[in-house]
Amino acid sequence: MLKAAEAIVRFLVEEGVDTVFGYPGGYIVHVYEALRKSDIRHILVRQESAAAHSANGYARVSGKTGVCIATSGPGATNLITGIATAYMDSIPLVVLTGQVPSSMIGRDVFQEADITGATESFTKHNYLVKDASQLPRIFREAFHIASTGRPGPVLIDLPHDIQAEDIPCNYPETVQITGYKPTVKGHAGQIKRALKAIAESERPLILAGGGVNLSRAHAELLTFSEKSGIPVVHTLMGKGAFPSNHAHYVGMIGTHGFSYANEAVRMADLMVFIGARIADRTAGGTQILPENMSIVHIDVDPAEIGKIVGTQVPLVGDLGQILKKMNEKIKRKDTSAWLETLGTMKTEETYKTGSLVNPKKAIRVLSGKLNDTAIMVADVGQNQFWTARHFDDLPGRKFMTSGGMGTMGYGIPAAVGAKIAAPERQVVAVTGDGGFQMSIFELGTIAANNIDLKMVLFNNSHLGMVREIQKRVFGQTGHIALEKNPNFVMLASAYGIKGVRVTSDDELEAAFDQALGHKGPFLVECVVDPDESTL
Amino acid sequence: MSVNNRHVLSVLVENQAGVLSRVSGLFSRRGYNIDSLSVGVTEDPAISRMTIVVKGDRYILEQIKKQLNKLIDVIKVIDLDKDKSVFRELMLIKVNARENSRASIIEIVDIFRASVVDVSNETLTVEMTGDEDKIEAFISLMKPYGIREIVRTGLTALERGSKEIKSYKKYGEED
Ligand SMILES: Cc1ncc(C[n+]2csc(CCOP(=O)(O)OP(=O)(O)O)c2C)c(N)n1
Repeated sequence: MLKAAEAIVRFLVEEGVDTVFGYPGGYIVHVYEALRKSDIRHILVRQESAAAHSANGYARVSGKTGVCIATSGPGATNLITGIATAYMDSIPLVVLTGQVPSSMIGRDVFQEADITGATESFTKHNYLVKDASQLPRIFREAFHIASTGRPGPVLIDLPHDIQAEDIPCNYPETVQITGYKPTVKGHAGQIKRALKAIAESERPLILAGGGVNLSRAHAELLTFSEKSGIPVVHTLMGKGAFPSNHAHYVGMIGTHGFSYANEAVRMADLMVFIGARIADRTAGGTQILPENMSIVHIDVDPAEIGKIVGTQVPLVGDLGQILKKMNEKIKRKDTSAWLETLGTMKTEETYKTGSLVNPKKAIRVLSGKLNDTAIMVADVGQNQFWTARHFDDLPGRKFMTSGGMGTMGYGIPAAVGAKIAAPERQVVAVTGDGGFQMSIFELGTIAANNIDLKMVLFNNSHLGMVREIQKRVFGQTGHIALEKNPNFVMLASAYGIKGVRVTSDDELEAAFDQALGHKGPFLVECVVDPDESTL
Repeated sequence: MSVNNRHVLSVLVENQAGVLSRVSGLFSRRGYNIDSLSVGVTEDPAISRMTIVVKGDRYILEQIKKQLNKLIDVIKVIDLDKDKSVFRELMLIKVNARENSRASIIEIVDIFRASVVDVSNETLTVEMTGDEDKIEAFISLMKPYGIREIVRTGLTALERGSKEIKSYKKYGEED
């Protein structure tokens, strides 16, 4: 027999958890006490939303399930944005929350919140533990559910008294969930149909989505494209799925994608969607029209197939496994004319120099200075697309952003998680002045743990993307401004974090050299014209 | 196919707290319309079975089935074929029944093979089971007497013949 809280920590160790992100409180103290005595590293964030975002960044870089932890009531509700963000991007998380004692549940006692009810629609599954003896099964299931099939967050709500009970501590080796058996292998008949559709097409195009990054099917995708001769476009979440320096690489599509990549979609007579859910922001830029093209849709989640656009050939299963099978049979198509057409459509980016920093050029310059395994985390807003469009995601590098939810304030804490997962890799977080201030408190976490993270802050004194929309739609400018922005470099310095402020393109090289050369966190604030466009 | 067909889904779920909320929440969140939902435990006490009557075109129905299948607690979802299944609903109905009308009400009750389960000076309470048409017909015959209260369980259904829901594959399961 073991105290449940201690058993829980053992289960975490059993699952290979070495780091958790969290914030304590009265109704999670038993677990915290057990954590304190363990070898698991606890990163104290400065607000719970950051715990979920950091666990998210950690998961995306490590390939493991991220774990975050908070107390009941306000601690749990502060996690919500982070949980929803992870859900929308299919990031595996196990979220632990304290809960009021079992006997008090439902009586609106101090710091009680129905967190399982609140997160029902944006967790893959959740548990309110009512019987401490079920904890081994619940933890085993939670990690299994979070990380298999289409990954996602799973929440376990732990009443205070349950944490203190004594339970037998045998962790089950296998999981038996009757209603949960994700399809892994692709259907042989459907694979045959997909190959036939590809063989019959003239201008086939692969659309790679975030699923490729999540399932780490990069090698299989590369082989698939090379063996078949089919060129590749990708979504925002699919950035990094296919090497950008490859002859078959076309570019990013979507409302904020490149127009030549969107044009390529319109010209294609067959699309192979691979781990892309064809969200509105993807389909919007291209007007993917099934009546004009055949569609093969490969995804681990059958509910994504046919949800937005009709599909001729649905193929459910693990991307890597399905592509491997297709690679055995696929015949080389003569796509040389098609590739040539696409090649001529591509436009080279030119970077104008103005009186302030050109953020697109800044990302370009930074991209050139980063090493082969750098991780780039973009926040949300104009800065997100400046980064997505101008950061060169060479193979080995990684790009991450909050795509599905578009959560401002994601960038900094996600980058903290990324750096903790891979201390040997360069990690950069790019944010706007709005998003930076939404997670500004994490400077405390960064300083306290000396997280060697480089922050690039594009300061346009506005919520740039919103301002751009307002201007376009209502012809109005300057309605909402971020007035009285602080002196960001001084603010960082108050935390003991070094920084420089850059006001023109000429200073970029030196600033980035200084940042990358510095051991420890560093802030580069770039002053940007509020009228700078996203595209 | 008509645009808004009615479908009767039979859904096996884990008999656990929160399941009903997850299923009904899914319908409201995604904007699917439920006509009725009934639930009860099955031959296996660990498993409950829901009968859900929904309206929707083929796309909506596909989405409902896929989204239901994504719930971890959902074990199986089948769309019952109207011609191959038995549909029943139970209704309790309280109608005004004074001395002068009591006999004629009981006559109708007998024709419908319903039964009187409670009598008072002013009312009769009738229990009846049947498919929807039968229940609607009975209600319309009771209207002239004055209906006080109606309570209905919602439709429950089972496939005819020896086939069981368990013999169906889970959605997307390999064959
Ligand atoms: C939490 C949250 N609140 C509001 C929004 C809506 N929103 C999208 S972009 C944006 C502006 C972001 O401004 P800033 O962080 O300064 O970045 P910029 O667009 O200027 O690069 C806003 C408010 C959001 N995405 N997330």
